[in-house]
Amino acid sequence: MATVAEHIETQDHAHGHGHEEHHEQSFIRKYIFSEDHKVIAKQYLFSGIIWAVIGGLMSLVFRLQLGFPEMDMAWLKPVLGQWVSLAPDGTGKLDPNFYLALVTMHGTIMVFFVLTAGLSGTFSNFLIPLQVGARDMASGFMNMLSYWFFFISSVIMFWSIFLETGPAGGGWVIYPPLSALGEANPGSQSGMTLWLVAMALFIVSSLLGGINYVTTVINLRTKGMSFDRLPLTIWAFTFTAILGILSFPVLLSAALLLIFDRSFGTSFYLSDIYINGHALPNQGGSPILFQHLFWFLGHPEVYIVILPALGLTSEIIATNSRKPIFGYKAMIFSMAGIMFLAFIVWAHHMFMTGMNPFLGSVFMLLTLIIAVPSAVKAFNYITTLWRGNIIFTPAMMFAIGLVSFFVSGGLTGIILGNSSLDIQLHDTYFVVAHFHLVMGAAAIFGMIGGVYHWFPKMFGRMMNDTLGYLHFWLTFIGVYLVFFPMHYIGIAGFPRRYYQWSGFETFNTFADLNAFMTIAAILAFAAQIIFIYNFIYSIFWGKKAPANPWRSNTLEWTTPINPGHGNWPGEIPTVYRWPYDYSKPGSESDFIPQNIPFSATPESNLPEENEMISEEKEIEKIEFNHNIPD
Amino acid sequence: MASINTSSTPDHLLWKGGIQPMKVGYGKLMMWIFLLSDTFTFSALLISYGLVRFSFPSFKDLHPAKSIHDFTFSNNWWPTPEKVFEAVPFLHGVSLPLVFVGIMTFILIFSSVTMVLAVEAGHRKDQADVEKWMLWTILGGLTFLGSQAWEWSHFIHGSETGLALADGSKIFGANLTHNEYGPAAFADFFFFITGFHGTHVFSGVVLNVLIFYNAANGVYARRGHYEMIEKVGLYWHFVDLVWVFVFTFFYLV
Repeated sequence: MATVAEHIETQDHAHGHGHEEHHEQSFIRKYIFSEDHKVIAKQYLFSGIIWAVIGGLMSLVFRLQLGFPEMDMAWLKPVLGQWVSLAPDGTGKLDPNFYLALVTMHGTIMVFFVLTAGLSGTFSNFLIPLQVGARDMASGFMNMLSYWFFFISSVIMFWSIFLETGPAGGGWVIYPPLSALGEANPGSQSGMTLWLVAMALFIVSSLLGGINYVTTVINLRTKGMSFDRLPLTIWAFTFTAILGILSFPVLLSAALLLIFDRSFGTSFYLSDIYINGHALPNQGGSPILFQHLFWFLGHPEVYIVILPALGLTSEIIATNSRKPIFGYKAMIFSMAGIMFLAFIVWAHHMFMTGMNPFLGSVFMLLTLIIAVPSAVKAFNYITTLWRGNIIFTPAMMFAIGLVSFFVSGGLTGIILGNSSLDIQLHDTYFVVAHFHLVMGAAAIFGMIGGVYHWFPKMFGRMMNDTLGYLHFWLTFIGVYLVFFPMHYIGIAGFPRRYYQWSGFETFNTFADLNAFMTIAAILAFAAQIIFIYNFIYSIFWGKKAPANPWRSNTLEWTTPINPGHGNWPGEIPTVYRWPYDYSKPGSESDFIPQNIPFSATPESNLPEENEMISEEKEIEKIEFNHNIPD
Repeated sequence: MASINTSSTPDHLLWKGGIQPMKVGYGKLMMWIFLLSDTFTFSALLISYGLVRFSFPSFKDLHPAKSIHDFTFSNNWWPTPEKVFEAVPFLHGVSLPLVFVGIMTFILIFSSVTMVLAVEAGHRKDQADVEKWMLWTILGGLTFLGSQAWEWSHFIHGSETGLALADGSKIFGANLTHNEYGPAAFADFFFFITGFHGTHVFSGVVLNVLIFYNAANGVYARRGHYEMIEKVGLYWHFVDLVWVFVFTFFYLV
């Protein structure tokens, strides 16, 4: 580390971006309406964790219903109120409509509020400026707006839970006409209106954030941080932001049209509908149109969820294997490939809509091609681990857990991508098991791994390792115990979104399996309490963190332990090498941070790196062009 | 202009970090990215329109033998646009297909020209010219919005004869549920898409007024550059470009 400090000292201090002068701010500007990317990241993280707990508790309630359909729910009456109806003998039943609302809200909360805002919002905000070497985001003000739009959206979504008619109940995909007609489901009354308003605000928030991330990566990289020296995290965040920027507006259009259908009598999605024998006046719309628009966002959305987690994993696995990431460029190209393919496979969610089978096979082919870049990524993780000097930190455990889920969930993706098989398995628990493993659990594991790994940078303290291992094993085993059996009941034909199956004789043999999954879900949720305890305890009383606890190469570890506003007290370090120089042959240290020039490491340089020494002086002379107006 | 972008950094180092690689500030980059995003919003709407429009037969599909002169309105087929939009203010009863919308389109495109002139004046740091051309641009935008209000109002009030339904009742004009010119979906999409575009134009006019106010108060002169005019200009051109597509799909095809 001494070399790092010396190197920063020797650089001239004349050049700066104007952010670095320290000025005291009021509490409100510093912690609430903050424009500092690190504070905004933490705001997203705390919001995301709160939402995850709410979404998780919801899943427990409906899992209880599914696992123990005859259960007396009267004890939940104090929390759920009228959603538990009491029989004359005092036993309580969960309201079937509220069951639908629960699965809808669980999906919405987890996909958008936890794994989009909570994951991208936290780590893109926190890591982009720190890892590319910037004082802050391009526009701190827009970044702040992004969080507060998300906050208002969260408040509205949360409010909808307390409506008398309940929150939205049409599934997280809100297909009309179910979501368009209040008569169809109580959740399609005010709950759906608030859902749409909340999501419109969420989209605004996501755009403000995404535009900021991309511009920051383009314009504010430090000297020497060319695109082929960006950590894979940054590549992942950039691709995620592009996906969001181009797909969320389509959901906005879809949602606005749905708002008009619901509230102003238009017929964009409605046609030929009868309610209680009376025809509705709506003519000419198409509910399939909504599905196309929705999945044009909906499919990229699953990559918005998983790509940042994969980026975090790349960084954690390389650091803790003490090896360069295997296939750095292959990783970038496979992520780019996934991003591109994400836009042209949406209709594989719609094989059952009666589309032309030929069109279905085109979408099937494109879908199966995604297996190629995904497999490249999975193999690259495994080959990075291969013969590595592995350090099993809790973050590393979670990263490896992600790879496991990504592989086992990805395999069923290949099955579901085939239209002929999908027609059989569509809307069964097989699909539920598939996406919970490949994007639900995998992305959550990436997020949790990220929290363990960057906690020292966020709060200047370490999380407890023992609790971390306990958390990992309970969660990892719990997730598999929940979702592995789910494949079986899916193949057996259990449909999604059914309140109970005890009416079907054929499903009775699976009652035990369902009860088992519910118990496993409770176990996995209970393990999260360990994490939350560890998280909160460590913020205040954790062990003080060293400057670079994981002996990592990326730039964030060259900042002070508690980086202030502007991140680096002096000059921003210059970057001379890629971020994966771990265990480099010839080098005494098993890691060489990005800001160490090749001229300082003649013992470990490769021939082509020796040639780059002459370029170093040139790079140090690059000057930010202050004549270009912002 | 030339003096603004000169930098001591040679071109081969532009992508090596530490400098704006595309020689533009973050503000303009953000505007470009936002416009890309907004393109998808409008594309989604226009594609939806196309899908619903072609799920209905046209007059010609149902009456291959008849010519356009025999065209009548009905809820059963998609209307021919030049029969719907043929009114011009003060020329009551005269059939002037697409003349009024043509004038509107011309005004909006012309306001893009004046916006270009304002941006160019900004490059010369000529405050008086920026003010002048911004005023023309604002005027163009307001005229367009006013014309659209008239067009909407005419569309809503409808013709004097109205459309006789099978049960003998008559409907006049169009709203979100009834439409004397054709299927309700036609009016729905017309109101939604032109309204969504009109909202964009309105936001553009508000932005134009703001930057005019700032320019007139010398804010940009003190700042030393008129970059804001360029950024808002990009938005204004985008709104114009979208109108060209809206115009094509609703009035020409």
